[in-house]
Amino acid sequence: MKPLFLAALLFTTTMPVAVMAQDLGAPIGEDGPVEAATTDASQAQAEEGISFTVTDESAWSDIGIAIPSFATDRERPTPANEAGTGALGREIARVITANLRNNGLFKPVGPDSLPQPEFPQITAPAFSAWSGRGAEMLVHGYVRARDDGRLVVGCYLYDVALQNELVREGWVVAPADWRRAAHKCSDLIFSRLTGESPFFDSRIAYIAETGPKDRRVKRLAVMDSDGANHRFLTLGSATALTPRYSPDYSKILYLSYVDGNPRIYVYDIGTGKQTLVTENRNPTIAPRWSPDGKSILYSMGVAGNTDIYRVSATGGASIKLTDNPGIDVGGSYSPDGSKIVFESDRSGSQQCYVMDADGKNQRRITFFGGRCATPEWSPRGDQIAFTRIAGDFNVAVMNTSGGNMRVLTRGWQDEAPTWAPNGRIIQFFRTEKNTGRSGIWQVDLTGQNERRLPTPVDASDPAWGPIRP
Amino acid sequence: MNMKIATILLLASTTALAACAKKAPEVLPPAPVETPQPGQTGPQVQPTGPMVGTQAHFAAAVGSSTTIYFDTDRYNVDSQDAAALQAQAQYFARYPQVTFTIEGHADERGTREYNLALGERRANSAKSYLVSLGVDANRISVVSYGKERPVALASDESAWAQNRRAASVVIN
Repeated sequence: MKPLFLAALLFTTTMPVAVMAQDLGAPIGEDGPVEAATTDASQAQAEEGISFTVTDESAWSDIGIAIPSFATDRERPTPANEAGTGALGREIARVITANLRNNGLFKPVGPDSLPQPEFPQITAPAFSAWSGRGAEMLVHGYVRARDDGRLVVGCYLYDVALQNELVREGWVVAPADWRRAAHKCSDLIFSRLTGESPFFDSRIAYIAETGPKDRRVKRLAVMDSDGANHRFLTLGSATALTPRYSPDYSKILYLSYVDGNPRIYVYDIGTGKQTLVTENRNPTIAPRWSPDGKSILYSMGVAGNTDIYRVSATGGASIKLTDNPGIDVGGSYSPDGSKIVFESDRSGSQQCYVMDADGKNQRRITFFGGRCATPEWSPRGDQIAFTRIAGDFNVAVMNTSGGNMRVLTRGWQDEAPTWAPNGRIIQFFRTEKNTGRSGIWQVDLTGQNERRLPTPVDASDPAWGPIRP
Repeated sequence: MNMKIATILLLASTTALAACAKKAPEVLPPAPVETPQPGQTGPQVQPTGPMVGTQAHFAAAVGSSTTIYFDTDRYNVDSQDAAALQAQAQYFARYPQVTFTIEGHADERGTREYNLALGERRANSAKSYLVSLGVDANRISVVSYGKERPVALASDESAWAQNRRAASVVIN
């Protein structure tokens, strides 16, 4: 067995300054796209000529989905699971079950309470047995270890009542990436049943917090969308804050006090090196990527006055976008890159403003009671999530004109929303009164399905990256 | 605060500490129990006395005037802040070799990034005032910690008032 290790790609950095980093851990390496497999028809004996059947979309939220263990054509050892490909098939089904259950949209039943299908049944389910269990939808899949050590994972969704296959897909992954196949399968099921865009195969950058309130250690960390594959990227000797994944996941923008002052760095995940976003003695905060990854927004204080600037991701001169004696900070691009929503206290308190990407036509959009902070434009373009400050801090959404404001959470201090890649779920961090302990939570746009994400330690500043290729 | 009066006070150049009564933070006074000296890194006053160029020496000289406090979301230097900064300016005039950092802070009831900008604003506000009193700007560094480094840990008005501060810290 020879597990495939991808050599870290050497990126030629065009950033002007190489920074002596003193708080970085070992680089975790950059990952590549997942290779699609043609569901391996010969191996899996897939049926041909399947007609797609549209289910009743209005009732999808109550759909019961059975997700038994994925079968394997031949029990083989794999670095992905010490017990072999059969055990891995069960783990994959568990991950899919947890994904679909945790978002409150489905009522999946997982492999631990279901019979295990044989390999030939993956493409020929025993429909009568499953309908007898009350399952409306059935997920089948298989795991096959190739001779080169990589894994082929097939994923099939069936409508039990109609006895029809709805969709199928397959992926070839390195053993270390087996969870990605489970997330791709979850996305396939989610998208097919809801008509929404996928979001499970995505990652989250955040700040891991430990220690007492007055000596809090804050480290840059990353994890999968379900909290798995957690990694610390900094060691904790310097406070790290407010990370943002680049759209291609190759870099992370974040704030570090590594030189004693708050400064924005561009951390290259592949090489483990980082550079200053701009060569300047002034403090820089609140970094953001443009949707195409070519530009970076940051906020900089000059003689105490903070304004928003834009710089090319490859370096060069910065352009000042706001010029105002108030605090102008943050910024979030519309998905087409033409506009930026940001916060400013130029009116006397924090409110949200929209401007063109070149800084023109700045206008306030929030006029309801309370304050508007940390606005984030939805990847779908239709809504803006923000921190609403009205006594307590809550996560709220509004349309891009500031209308139809809806408060989604009711914590004491819920702050800094970030959108799922499909714009249907929002993560944020919730801080407890007095103790200062914090955790990452997520809520859907109905406000109904709220849950805390599992993290190894306390967590804040979640930044959800896009769907992975 | 009248700048002329401040300058006259400085020119009087008494090194006495009379002018720097502890300012009570807004809204509620600090709790009567001992509170940590913000930014104090050195030991308390020792029998032989702390050395010049240490935070302990600075704190022994100006007392609680090492730190000024702000109203919610504000960054202006009020009359009590001015008295504390005058005491600081007198100290820095007497010890011209001392350089220092002004650390700007915010309470926890603000969003993280805004509070970083607000702390920056507060620290610069204190710096500008000291410069107006004759302290060389090149001796003053400024850093904002936003809401990341509270000194009072409760979630109430009294604690927040103690955390909305600009603390002068001697660079060793």
